[in-house]
Amino acid sequence: MDDLLSEFLTETNEGLTVLDVELVKLEQNPNDAELLSNIFRLMHTIKGTCGFLGLPRLESVAHAGENVLGKIREGDLVVTPNAVSLILECLDAIRSILLVLEDTEAEPEGDDSDLIDRLNVFAESGGAETAKSEAGPIEESEVEMSETEMRPKTETPAPAAAQAPSQPGQSGAATEEVAKESAVANQSIRVNVDLLENLMTMVSEMVLTRNQLLQILRGQKDSEFAAPLQRLSQVVSELQEGVMMTRMQPIGNAWAKLPRIVRDLSLELGKKMDLVMKGADTELDRQVLELIKDPLIHMVRNSADHGLENAEDRIKAGKPEVGKIALSAYHEGGHIIIEVSDDGAGLPVEIIKKKAIATGLITEAEAETMSEQQIQKLIFKAGFSTVSEVTSVSGRGVGMDVVRTNIEKIGGTIELNSVEGRGTTFVIKIPLTLAIVSALIVACGGERFAIPQISVLELVRASANSENTVERINDTPVLRLRNRLLPLVNLRDLMKLNVPVKDTPVEAEGAESKPDAPAAEAQTSIGSGKTQSDDHFIVVTQVGSYTFGIIVDRVFDTEEIVVKPVAQILRHIQMFSGNTILGDGSVVMILDPNGIAAATGEVELAGEADDAVAERQAARGEEAVSMLVFHAVDEAPKAVPLALVARLEEIDRSKIEISNDQYVVQYRGQLMPLIRMEGAKELGAEGRQAVIVFSDRDRSMGLVVDEIVDIVEDRVKFELSSGRTGYVGSAVIAGKATDIVDVSFYLTQAFPEWFGGETRESIGEASESRLLLVDDSPFFRNLLTPLLSVAGYEVTCVDSAAAALELCEAGEDFDLIVSDIEMPGMSGFEFAEAVKKGSRWSEVPMVALSAFATPKDLARGREVGFKDYVSKSDREALVATLHETLAEVRGAA
Amino acid sequence: MSSQIETTGSRNANGASDETEEFVTFTIAGQLFGIPVLQIQDVLSSYQITPIPLAPPEITGSLNLRGRVVTAMDLRLRLGLSARSKEAESMSIVAENEGELYSLMVDSVGEVLALSKSAYERNPPTLDAKFRTFSDGIYRLDKQLLIVLDVNRLLDYERSDAA
Repeated sequence: MDDLLSEFLTETNEGLTVLDVELVKLEQNPNDAELLSNIFRLMHTIKGTCGFLGLPRLESVAHAGENVLGKIREGDLVVTPNAVSLILECLDAIRSILLVLEDTEAEPEGDDSDLIDRLNVFAESGGAETAKSEAGPIEESEVEMSETEMRPKTETPAPAAAQAPSQPGQSGAATEEVAKESAVANQSIRVNVDLLENLMTMVSEMVLTRNQLLQILRGQKDSEFAAPLQRLSQVVSELQEGVMMTRMQPIGNAWAKLPRIVRDLSLELGKKMDLVMKGADTELDRQVLELIKDPLIHMVRNSADHGLENAEDRIKAGKPEVGKIALSAYHEGGHIIIEVSDDGAGLPVEIIKKKAIATGLITEAEAETMSEQQIQKLIFKAGFSTVSEVTSVSGRGVGMDVVRTNIEKIGGTIELNSVEGRGTTFVIKIPLTLAIVSALIVACGGERFAIPQISVLELVRASANSENTVERINDTPVLRLRNRLLPLVNLRDLMKLNVPVKDTPVEAEGAESKPDAPAAEAQTSIGSGKTQSDDHFIVVTQVGSYTFGIIVDRVFDTEEIVVKPVAQILRHIQMFSGNTILGDGSVVMILDPNGIAAATGEVELAGEADDAVAERQAARGEEAVSMLVFHAVDEAPKAVPLALVARLEEIDRSKIEISNDQYVVQYRGQLMPLIRMEGAKELGAEGRQAVIVFSDRDRSMGLVVDEIVDIVEDRVKFELSSGRTGYVGSAVIAGKATDIVDVSFYLTQAFPEWFGGETRESIGEASESRLLLVDDSPFFRNLLTPLLSVAGYEVTCVDSAAAALELCEAGEDFDLIVSDIEMPGMSGFEFAEAVKKGSRWSEVPMVALSAFATPKDLARGREVGFKDYVSKSDREALVATLHETLAEVRGAA
Repeated sequence: MSSQIETTGSRNANGASDETEEFVTFTIAGQLFGIPVLQIQDVLSSYQITPIPLAPPEITGSLNLRGRVVTAMDLRLRLGLSARSKEAESMSIVAENEGELYSLMVDSVGEVLALSKSAYERNPPTLDAKFRTFSDGIYRLDKQLLIVLDVNRLLDYERSDAA
């Protein structure tokens, strides 16, 4: 393209952008003369250059627009919304011609006479027309207009005539402006973006070469290059920073279109709204800027269209008539935070819920158990749009899901906070630059990969001996990490590194891959899931709110890498976001956590969905329970709820002593009784003994077992209650009938006073009544859940009265409520009062559960509405009471 | 590239018959191939290649050529021929396509030939479909035939998959 033309295009487009903003400002401050002359000057420049370049069509449109502006500047016309709209329309016409011009380097054929006529008519008699059509809102200007109306009439035989006298005055103003600006103008020059990109690439290469040199240097002692290289390294770092700065642009550039958009929307939708922008000078990489431009515009449109109410509704809701959309940007760490908020109606939870059910995103049952926030987050799901009808403003099939995808694509996150009736805030967090990122280098199957540091939360080393072990659910590896299960993906499987991919000789084997090879072989078993004995490194990765672990063989250093796009022919592999050259000169692929998450099944809202599922399961008492499976006594596998287990120990048999007819061992400064299971053999005198340690408060008890087998995470369904002493029943765990050991039975053997001290008998007749158990102690929850399940209840556990009341609000129903009394926060008494005082559950019988039951407590319990009062330790009594209570209620019903 | 041969007829728009074009020649499985010299950036003997998991089998990996990432493709596999034996030597030609560099692995690289358009012929329709997809035509040399490969088509997976 002709240099002159491309220069013109750039300049004019810039000019148009400024004009958009300035015109909207002018509309708000019609008397700002400086603003007006700036607008006029810009328009005039556009017109002038068009004439100079021989672009008659553009020139005539620009001329007509300038004409109107000229009139306004001279005071012949007054700034009215109509006038501004007309001029904006004129700008749009210019813009559309420019677009074609850019493509074809020639003005398109077309007729603008309609627009030009309207502009001319407006310039000549527009004041009068405006006065007629704009009856209401601008009375003041009407007055002014009628005063000034006389003059244009006398002066306007030809628009050109009006134009002519304006010229000298205009040029005067222009020179003034230029003089004012020149000081600044001299400080900056216009540089082609390609040149900057090139510079950036070259600097990136330099950084890489520097890294390479430093790596070589590390291998040498007392090199004479050390000092100069150090200096070079520093200079390169500074250079890198400097060049990065050149790519930085204020985010205001991405916002420039917004005032215009909001103004147009305001007219179109008939809503009054203000756009407030804060932190427009916050800078970020222009590549990132380009990528978030459209999502931002979309979100502002959404706020205007769906978020803000019309003036009537706003007044009714006691809000200021004019709605507010606020944009703000600021730096935080290596990120830029952008907030888009409005003080509108907020996200309507009920409507979203209905819509989501209607479109099949969630089931009704799921919706019941989802929190408001989770429901609101559904708007990020694909195929969701809150307006039922597609309007011209938003909802053109592009929803928030696209916004979210775009933001996540550049390594950003988006969060949402909305209160119905109060407004909605979106918080976007994106990295400052995409060009150079910090990455973690890992190895798997002899290959190295880079994982962007930004998505890495932590590294966990898992081995059989440490507290972190990789467990399996039906061969799917998971890691227990701080009381949460972390889904794991094996990079080896994912990259299909088990299979020898290529038979062709690779010319030179990767120098580093060789030492890795034996280790890699030793670990091939991880993929197939047979042994768990090896060490793995787990890279805990976060994508949006979904957290998962990537199993790798080795973890190296972090390195600053330059992201290079992968070759066209490899773009379809979603696992890679690019490739890069490491300090040692080798090429590695950069893993894309988003792609991996998507490829391993978690595509949409993974985290939330997980939470929701977990919550739902918890609410229905079928939460997956971890069971510790072991062998003792006989062949049949035995299991206890893992949550009851404090530790697993191997004790030297020679340390086991006998005291008071009991095996004991000195354990952590105390005597810990060791209990053999019913029917178990005597302990041997030598070797090591596997012991499962249970503790509660300061007491510990060791259960002697033959062998610890596994930890299985399963939804335990008790098949039958067993009459055998020492067992609560059996269940199918990991596909095998497993005896569930009655821990409490053995606990009472060790410490008769641990509970009440009684043997249990089975209670048949499963009635499948729904029971809610409220207890703050995980120990009792875990103990009572199997017990009550065996007794035929469908048990739901919560750890506080507040959580129970949430369930009540969420619409859960129960036949019976068993509540602890001593709980932090709301006590059992208060809970009962709350329930009985007009909640949906007021008719549900409640039984109190407490460690200490004094007569006073009993009285108070009855007073607040508990049907009965049972001691925690008296489990038989508890079950009996529950049955009685239920029978009583049912009999009455 | 080394030899700069005078290409006299190249500016003569009418005389298509004595117009010549230069080709880098190479052999794969005994067959002579050529790629226009202007598309070739470099010739490499051996290089350290990082395999790319999940890539099509003919993509042997990527390599670092003076700070640029080059994607390596084994032309034998791309052309549907059997893989090279482990011991066999190989060379690579680096070509640029749509701003990206590709290293095309071949058996051996020969000389640069200036070939006259008059010796050019369209592919015989009976040629193997793969060859026809990636080639425009053939030059008749004195003792053998040279198949002209089109780099762009070699790297155009959408088209070749459709073909």
